[in-house]
Amino acid sequence: MAATLPVTSYKPDDHVTPHSKPPERRRVAPWADRLFSILAHGAAWLTLLLLVGIIGSLIVGAAPAIQHFGLGFLWSTDWDPVQEKFGGLVMIYGTLMTSLIALVIAVPVSFGIALFLTEMSPRWLKRPLGTAIELLAAVPSIVYGMWGLLVFSPILSTWVQQPLQKLFKGVPVLETFVSGAPVGIGLLSAGIILAIMIIPFIASVMRDVFEVTPPMLKESAYGLGATTWEVVSRVVLPYTKSGVVGGVMLGLGRALGETMAVTFVIGNFNQLESLSLFEAANSITSALANEFAEAGEGLHQASLIYLGLVLFFITFVVLSLSKLLLAQLRKGEGTKS
Amino acid sequence: MSNHSIKFSATQQAGRLAMHRKRKLINVIALLLSFGAMAFGVFWLVWILFETFRLGVGGLALSVFTEMTPPPMADVGGLANAIFGSIVMAGLATLLGTPIGVMAGIYLAEYGQKSWLGHATRFINDILLSAPSIVIGLFIYAVVVARFKSFSGIAGILALALIVIPVVIRTTENMLTLIPNALREAAYALGTPKWKVISSVTLKAARSGVITGILLAIARISGETAPLLFTALSNQFWTSDLTQPMASLPVTIFKFAMSPYQNWQQLAWVGVFLITMSVLLLNIAARVFLRNKH
Repeated sequence: MAATLPVTSYKPDDHVTPHSKPPERRRVAPWADRLFSILAHGAAWLTLLLLVGIIGSLIVGAAPAIQHFGLGFLWSTDWDPVQEKFGGLVMIYGTLMTSLIALVIAVPVSFGIALFLTEMSPRWLKRPLGTAIELLAAVPSIVYGMWGLLVFSPILSTWVQQPLQKLFKGVPVLETFVSGAPVGIGLLSAGIILAIMIIPFIASVMRDVFEVTPPMLKESAYGLGATTWEVVSRVVLPYTKSGVVGGVMLGLGRALGETMAVTFVIGNFNQLESLSLFEAANSITSALANEFAEAGEGLHQASLIYLGLVLFFITFVVLSLSKLLLAQLRKGEGTKS
Repeated sequence: MSNHSIKFSATQQAGRLAMHRKRKLINVIALLLSFGAMAFGVFWLVWILFETFRLGVGGLALSVFTEMTPPPMADVGGLANAIFGSIVMAGLATLLGTPIGVMAGIYLAEYGQKSWLGHATRFINDILLSAPSIVIGLFIYAVVVARFKSFSGIAGILALALIVIPVVIRTTENMLTLIPNALREAAYALGTPKWKVISSVTLKAARSGVITGILLAIARISGETAPLLFTALSNQFWTSDLTQPMASLPVTIFKFAMSPYQNWQQLAWVGVFLITMSVLLLNIAARVFLRNKH
């Protein structure tokens, strides 16, 4: 390197004797430059290939099941490893239902948190509270799962499930929704735990997009005498709606793919006869977590990979939508403000 | 201002005041609900931390760090092999994933901001960042475990490295784009080649941010369970052989917590306590680190 720097290569008689070749300063150690560029490009390509590899390996792994069951797999409720009859409806239903419950709880709460953090919180409290919510996102899912199974489910059973069962005794439709052994596991507790897990993700995206609303817009509304709620619901929310939906989608993507928290509390039981929210059920991720390592090679394993492929496809679509919506908000930023 | 005010009749005035009161009321209700939501969020964090602390600290003893995972119903036993396995796998996964993540982050920020490869990589990376981690496990199972016909520590490391990469890419890119262009231009003006500009100017300026990203990635993988379930599997014994199935703290917790045995559940709580504490400390360290540097 030293030789390339003009100062060190300077000799008193340099300027007297003309160079046969002008010094090429721009391309010092071209190999190093090229190597670095190749490494950077390679790493980017590797990321792309990773996705291709994941999709490819899932399709190859699931191929026997796809050939054997076709798309009928998606709406069949069989799951019989002994007779090698498989269908994914129970797990797909479990995954979608728990995520739906999680969204119903998490979206309003996250909105409230974002509203509090952007409009209400005193300045000195913003940071600690924001950090607290972000730490909630950092807690590993296995902690949520174990806490959910051993601490939360018994409480849910005693204080929610049993009173509801008493209340709805004899009521035709509602009774079926709360039936089941009073242990507090099932779709509802999985949904609640998922909600707790995705609240931080949705809330922090909402907070961030609320903060991109130009202060001018908000101040104008305040200046006209609007209340805080009116400013948020009629100015901030319309301005950031695509970002808010993007954040919700991000949370949904997380909820769909969450494994451990769900596996602990959903009960892992393949049934769809009872639509009760308190009956043990199953989800794609918990079926994979519980059965995959023990599944024999062949149709059982291929069917599980098929489920994984379905899960990956759903989350891929949801996350892509989220990304597009968030990008749309960012594009609007420059023009509207 | 001239003394020019609109006169309202008594009924109009009452209507206006009622309207005003209604708007005020809605506002107060909305703000109370928002406060409630905030309290709701913090409540869970406090409750979960409290329970892991209460149930975990009780079982904390030296034997947890010195003894192997016990058989069910045994009196003695610890988590030594699981803790060791977790540290080895998380450490090697970070060593493997970080250079790739940093290089790809450099590509996104310095080489291909606007190229199609840049856009595609950024998009894919965001998807990988939130992709279900159990699917990563399936991928490594298909590529490594099924091929070599054996669960192994190496497979676990690869699975975790695939989770490290997107996190590091994201933070590296974000931190590099924060570096003002004037810094780069000043370096180029001195005749510095590009790789030198990146490695000793921009990357150096963004160092604390990149390290924060790595810390966050370590925090993320030290709690990951799903990708290890069918890659590293688990092991009852101490092993430092990476071609053998390897125990890890999260998988051990999973096995122990779902069991009906009292001593296993107790150890699972200790494990949960250890994981929660280390993850939270890593997160807080990352934040403090970043704030001090800026």
